[in-house]
Amino acid sequence: MFGSGSGDVQQIAREDASALVKWLRNNRRALTSTLFLIVMLIGFTMANTDVFTQFKTYRSVMIALPVSIFLVVPLVFVVTAGEIDLSFPSVVGLSSYAFVSIVDQGGEPLLGIVVALVVGAALGFVNGILVVRIGLSALVATLGMNFFLRGFINILVEGFSIAIPEIRGTFIHTLLADDTIIIAGNQGIPIQMLWALAFTALGVFLYNRHSFGVRVHCVGDNPESAAEMGIDVDRTRILVFVFTGIGAALAGVFSVMINFVWWPTTGDGLLLPVLAGLFVGGTPTWGGIGTVFGGMIGTSIVAFIETGVIAAGLTGFFTQFFYGLIIILSLIFQRFNGGRVR
Amino acid sequence: MKNDYIIEMRDVTKSFGNVNAVDGISFGVRPGEVVGLIGDNGAGKSTLIKILSGVHQPDSGQIIVRGHVVRNWNAAKSREAGIETVYQDRALAPQQTITRNIFMGREIKNRFGVIKVKTQYEEANRLMREIGFTSKVFDPDSPVATLSGGERQGVAIARALYFDADLIVLDEPTTALSLVETAKVFGFIENVRARGRSIIFIGHNIYHVYDVADRFVVLDRGQVVMTAGKHEIKSAEVLMRHMQEIAEMAHAADSAPA
Repeated sequence: MFGSGSGDVQQIAREDASALVKWLRNNRRALTSTLFLIVMLIGFTMANTDVFTQFKTYRSVMIALPVSIFLVVPLVFVVTAGEIDLSFPSVVGLSSYAFVSIVDQGGEPLLGIVVALVVGAALGFVNGILVVRIGLSALVATLGMNFFLRGFINILVEGFSIAIPEIRGTFIHTLLADDTIIIAGNQGIPIQMLWALAFTALGVFLYNRHSFGVRVHCVGDNPESAAEMGIDVDRTRILVFVFTGIGAALAGVFSVMINFVWWPTTGDGLLLPVLAGLFVGGTPTWGGIGTVFGGMIGTSIVAFIETGVIAAGLTGFFTQFFYGLIIILSLIFQRFNGGRVR
Repeated sequence: MKNDYIIEMRDVTKSFGNVNAVDGISFGVRPGEVVGLIGDNGAGKSTLIKILSGVHQPDSGQIIVRGHVVRNWNAAKSREAGIETVYQDRALAPQQTITRNIFMGREIKNRFGVIKVKTQYEEANRLMREIGFTSKVFDPDSPVATLSGGERQGVAIARALYFDADLIVLDEPTTALSLVETAKVFGFIENVRARGRSIIFIGHNIYHVYDVADRFVVLDRGQVVMTAGKHEIKSAEVLMRHMQEIAEMAHAADSAPA
């Protein structure tokens, strides 16, 4: 206020210079995981240049990667809110069962998607009630739900899978998961990857710019303060579980549309890779902060490990070993972004 | 004169298990008045404040805002009624930015819930200047965890200031503050009073309370044991003597054979 004109200019220049620094600081967790992904891919390329300079390698990973992305985005909200949800594999299974049953009986795929979303949201709501209203530990309650729902699926179908090859060529399948559509032939980016990226963008927006996401941050950071400031903490917590249910339903629908088959085990193998991707992506376990973009990157890191290990000439026996190695390494890197502040 | 309270509590009770933390308290605040709420630890000050701010629901009794009884009282309704509370713990989320903390629970947003990030940032910046944040080290995007205790108090006060509260509740606002920061808080209280707003000031330090308050309400074991205007009490020492008498009476009552 009392400074001369040139002083003001200097001050503005300093603020501009720090804008980049600020951006780097605010996004350091997502940037760390992105950097880690790039370094890992460079490593794989050095190990097997032929495979990792071909686009079809990336393309093959991107065919199934969207399923994990639909899960990790809402899970970032759950963990930021200070909760955890381990029931999503079975929610994927049950909601996609609703979808596949409707399509198998000649129903509209769109109706199937709507029903799957309702099933997913309802199961998420049940999780929310168990944790928030009844006060069970999220870890234990959702783990129990995972077993319970998978058991329910097994009782329901007695081991039979359902194939829906007829979905190919329908408007919905062409729009969401027909991987021959984008750019001719087998060289394009699978269309489901574009939907997954759109979902990530929606997640980033909700997380940072919408009052829902901001309240999720506050609730996970300090629930007492959030309550004192009039945030409905219970409602916010229940909503993150509902959101995860919706994400799981989308993941299930995409999984079935990509594979044309629903198995009683659909979703089962996703628990650990998706959670690993979430934490590798830069969302810490303690709540209050996190990164949706980083979560997407983290699941990509996990998805590329298997391809990379095989392409590098190692047998499949090495996959888990490298999973573990890379997860631990990336968490060590994230550690440099600091521990919890109070 | 009786019904000009901006907020009034009638026969409010609240117990936790066997403890009657608030045991039939009636009390109100008039516009432009600074009420000093005093009492020993466990007298019920904090519980009373948490009822007023809607964090606790009373077990019985009425809460009356500008002459109207409000049902299902909660934190959101309290803030709607123009009550802002600066808690002892300051009710901050330390990992979030200053801006997010100022607008916590009451974001500036459109009807789809999309936050007007730029407006919030600018408002936070303006408020920080208004209450005397001049440091170049932090800006509205800095996490609250990077601030000192006094600065955090400033963020909590900025929040009350922004929402232009009719009644600001300051729970132990000078605890753990330096002399300079304490003076800042007093300056702020004067400022609020000059604007015709009301304040409830809770404090352990009788001198602080005596200096700022127009009226004193003394609590003991969940009840109002004394109410006095400043004109009735000549000095902080006199107030202190009253407090001692109350404590001695309470002690006598406790040790009397049943």
